[in-house]
Amino acid sequence: MFTRRDFLKTAGVAAAGSTTLAGLSACATVGGTSRGHVVIVGGGYGGATTAKYLRMWSNGTVDVTLIERNPTFVSCPISNLVIGGIKQMEDITVSYDNLKSKWGVKLITDEVTAVDTAKRTVTTAKNGTVGYDRLVLSPGIDFIPNAVAGLDGNEERIPHAWKAGPQTVVLRKQLQDMADGGVFALHIPKVPYRCPPGPYERACVVANYLRQAKPKSKVLVLDANGEIQSKKALFTKAFESYKGMIEYVPNSELRGVDAASRTAELEFDKIKADVLNVIPPMRAGNIALKAGLPLINDRWVDVDWLTLEAKGVPGVHVLGDALFPAPTMPKSGHMANQHGKVAAAAILNLFEGLAPNPTPVVMNTCYSFVDNKNVIHVASVHQYDAEKKQPMPVQGAGGVSMAANELEGKAALAWAKNIWADMLA
Amino acid sequence: MNLKHALAVLGLAGLSALAHAQDPNLARNLAATCANCHGTNGHSVGGMDSLAGETQEKLMQKLMDFKSGDKPATIMHQIVKGYSDEQLKLITAWFAAQK
Repeated sequence: MFTRRDFLKTAGVAAAGSTTLAGLSACATVGGTSRGHVVIVGGGYGGATTAKYLRMWSNGTVDVTLIERNPTFVSCPISNLVIGGIKQMEDITVSYDNLKSKWGVKLITDEVTAVDTAKRTVTTAKNGTVGYDRLVLSPGIDFIPNAVAGLDGNEERIPHAWKAGPQTVVLRKQLQDMADGGVFALHIPKVPYRCPPGPYERACVVANYLRQAKPKSKVLVLDANGEIQSKKALFTKAFESYKGMIEYVPNSELRGVDAASRTAELEFDKIKADVLNVIPPMRAGNIALKAGLPLINDRWVDVDWLTLEAKGVPGVHVLGDALFPAPTMPKSGHMANQHGKVAAAAILNLFEGLAPNPTPVVMNTCYSFVDNKNVIHVASVHQYDAEKKQPMPVQGAGGVSMAANELEGKAALAWAKNIWADMLA
Repeated sequence: MNLKHALAVLGLAGLSALAHAQDPNLARNLAATCANCHGTNGHSVGGMDSLAGETQEKLMQKLMDFKSGDKPATIMHQIVKGYSDEQLKLITAWFAAQK
């Protein structure tokens, strides 16, 4: 039997080689209510936003299946506050229920084991194979195997806590168990990595905790980069406010670790820590590799910025931290949410036989806590440049806080509530 | 949205269409870039201003005051400069039309 989906697929294939998608447009008027089926892999900031906005903007006429391995959403932004003892895990955990009940998203809690972009199917570990008309991959990041000698398989002992969830709890517990006078060492990989200001925020909120609970302790920041990578002047000032508790050491690329003794091995130095928090070098999430997407530098996915389709792989849209970024575009949850909206709008246009929006805009806001209530921000706006074929930061727009302040501490928490609702409520 | 607003938006859309092919949902798409902080469709869930249903005049005045520096802000004076006045008009008209 020739089903609607088959027809959509055939029309899509026929249209792929031509300059028009008129076949799809005609299809949209051929009875039924569904204009197509979008499968989304990854229910983080990018994927969850895409799921909701596809359903909302299509008035429920596009079918959306979201495949996510975790039963609930746990936010990376604000998770440093859990490590610092200011917030609890339940404060950064949000249910997927509204995506199902309010927005009609079909949610599959499962691991994706294979993606076949030729057959347009996604295979899961326990729920079989799902076909799609368009695929959205929002895979986040995974760590590059064997990048740091001795690290792989030891993440319970040397946590990264760079994906919120069980790792956040592990690092918090290690910090709580550390004796007064201990050394908390944090390693930051070379850019690009997820959440540029995140490691420096972590150093601050850990010091904020230690200052009160274990004042003889030390925070050692081993940065593979030559300088602080985000809000440099503001973080430098914040580090100074901890009066010697935080020591910042640039150009400290990690060669290896000894898990048993929690020793960080640098080029010329070995540093034994009581808590060793290593953020390893990272790349696009493994799903991008499973889908066979071409990667830049073996790490990041190159996309067409009008549709967020992976270059050379039409019909497969990729979002968020996994992307080879446009100039000055950060790998952030906020930006992934913005990618999700551009992708959702493009997908709906393509289903209608229309060109994607030729002038997309994305913007970013990152708030960082420097203690339990004072916050600094960095913001930027990126307008699509038709000549450069990518979003470019608007000169003269964006910027950072004048100084850390409590007003932005309130704004940061309100940001979290609102963006979680924008994705999931 | 009153008639004056509707005409203003229509006029704007008409002019833009002459300049370049404009997406039929451009205003919606631009407004969605505000939703991370101000809530989906401008309905804040707390701690940020709701934008839905405010008059276009009021929203434009605020944004232009942020842009000129007349209205002090922690962050909006930096963000608003990333959008053209034409984009801000589309955004404010769209939020004004939300219930």
